[in-house]
Amino acid sequence: MKCECCHEAEATIHLTQVIDGEVKKLNLCQICAQENGIDLNSPISITDVLLGLGAAQQSSLPKQKNMSEFDLSCSRCQMTRAEFKKRARLGCPECYNAFMGELSAITQAMHHSRQHVGKIPARQGNEARVTAQIAALQKDIETAIAKEEYEKAASLRDKIKALKCCVQRSEGGAQ
Amino acid sequence: MTLDDMVRRHGSWLEAGIDEGPVVSSRIRLARNIEEYSFPGWASEEEKYAVWKQSEEIFNSLDQHYINWSMTDTPRLDKEILFERHLISQDLAREDDSCGVFVTPNECISVMVNEEDHIRIQSLQPGLNLEEAWRAADKVDDQLEAELTYAFSPKMGYLTSCPSNVGTGMRASVMLHLPGLVLMEEMDPVINGISKIGLAVRGMWGEGTEAAGNMFQVSNQITLGRREDEIISHLEQIVLELIEHENNARIRLMNDRSLIVEDHVARAFGILSNARLISSGEALNLLSTLRLGLDLGMLDQFSRRQLDTLFISIQPAHLQKLEAKALEPEERDVVRAEMLRDFMDNATEDDG
Repeated sequence: MKCECCHEAEATIHLTQVIDGEVKKLNLCQICAQENGIDLNSPISITDVLLGLGAAQQSSLPKQKNMSEFDLSCSRCQMTRAEFKKRARLGCPECYNAFMGELSAITQAMHHSRQHVGKIPARQGNEARVTAQIAALQKDIETAIAKEEYEKAASLRDKIKALKCCVQRSEGGAQ
Repeated sequence: MTLDDMVRRHGSWLEAGIDEGPVVSSRIRLARNIEEYSFPGWASEEEKYAVWKQSEEIFNSLDQHYINWSMTDTPRLDKEILFERHLISQDLAREDDSCGVFVTPNECISVMVNEEDHIRIQSLQPGLNLEEAWRAADKVDDQLEAELTYAFSPKMGYLTSCPSNVGTGMRASVMLHLPGLVLMEEMDPVINGISKIGLAVRGMWGEGTEAAGNMFQVSNQITLGRREDEIISHLEQIVLELIEHENNARIRLMNDRSLIVEDHVARAFGILSNARLISSGEALNLLSTLRLGLDLGMLDQFSRRQLDTLFISIQPAHLQKLEAKALEPEERDVVRAEMLRDFMDNATEDDG
């Protein structure tokens, strides 16, 4: 693969950039990467790269749009969007809702997923458990389809339907 | 137990395990936060203090005994020892207020409080044994969760200060000794390949450290959208492939350059047995060569575990603790050389 910057040297550095919520892949050669300020010798985290490049992109936008963007902050801990981008760390659990837009793109780029399927704390209610169960089943369906096991996929789909029914019924009961 | 006792022995995770060849140890780390407080990097002093106090109470109430080091009361040198023993991170060692670590006496479990996240559970096991490390970490996690409400969302999982840990909050890693791949100059393509499948390769002491003594930590990068057991079995599968690569590299090394390898090993033996001044970097590389010589059957005076333990006990803070005084770098090189000469002498005597 050739470098997308000079179109001459072989690309050895493969970056994922997030611009306005869109994930973009970037393939560069060593020289172009260094010229663009990407230092490979420093232990930089992928978050810093993703957020850093996003921030650089932001600064070239018209000023007015910039201001309104950066005014947004987390209602609970008051961390502003600008601070989040600078630190590449969130302020509190509520920040995950406040900065959902950016985070959604970042987690997709980092983890290729937007849905947790792992352990659930015992204190979390039934809802979290069922959501996770559905997400796990959905993954199994994808695998089944990839393997052309359509009968298995159909039975998994029915299980999801049943789980969704349960959730709606229990929600209805609570109201 | 005090650090003075600890520096004279090694953690149980360095105990002889199964015949694991290039594998040194397995590690699971879980990042957790308490719902009602801001993450440590953004929290007020009062919030951080409340998290620390609450943690102290919980750990004191557990059946399992934990040794507690508050960073406020821990001297600089002791913090460095905890870091060299892989019990705390470099970042925590630099902090003072309202943070610290809880460690089981066998050093297999350590829980950092108020590092990047409120709670960081670490579970270490000798050899390739991620399942056991996970089982132990999971148990501690359940015990803490019985007393705390974790920050969790059904969609994003365990909420962490950095989005790179969100979801399971789990980092699984295996420490490997890969001199064959390094000597055959095949490590760079291996690192490249591994990074393309969602894993990372780091040095012996984790993020930002160099791979001294041909020791590498391989870990998962993806924490969201996969179950803990999926992450573990994927990592384990790649580690098994890496072991095979390493073993193949060693076979080729022995076919093509056996005399050169024997010469390297013999020289390492000679220098470690005789040097009067030795830096930690040089010592790590020579110990790595001895470990390779041992694996290739060129030496049999010591065990892998003895060498793995030395990787830690020749570190600056450990040497100063053993000497019970602060030492300048040049003085450390003298003490280190002495310690290694002693070790080599004893090993040779035992053999005779």
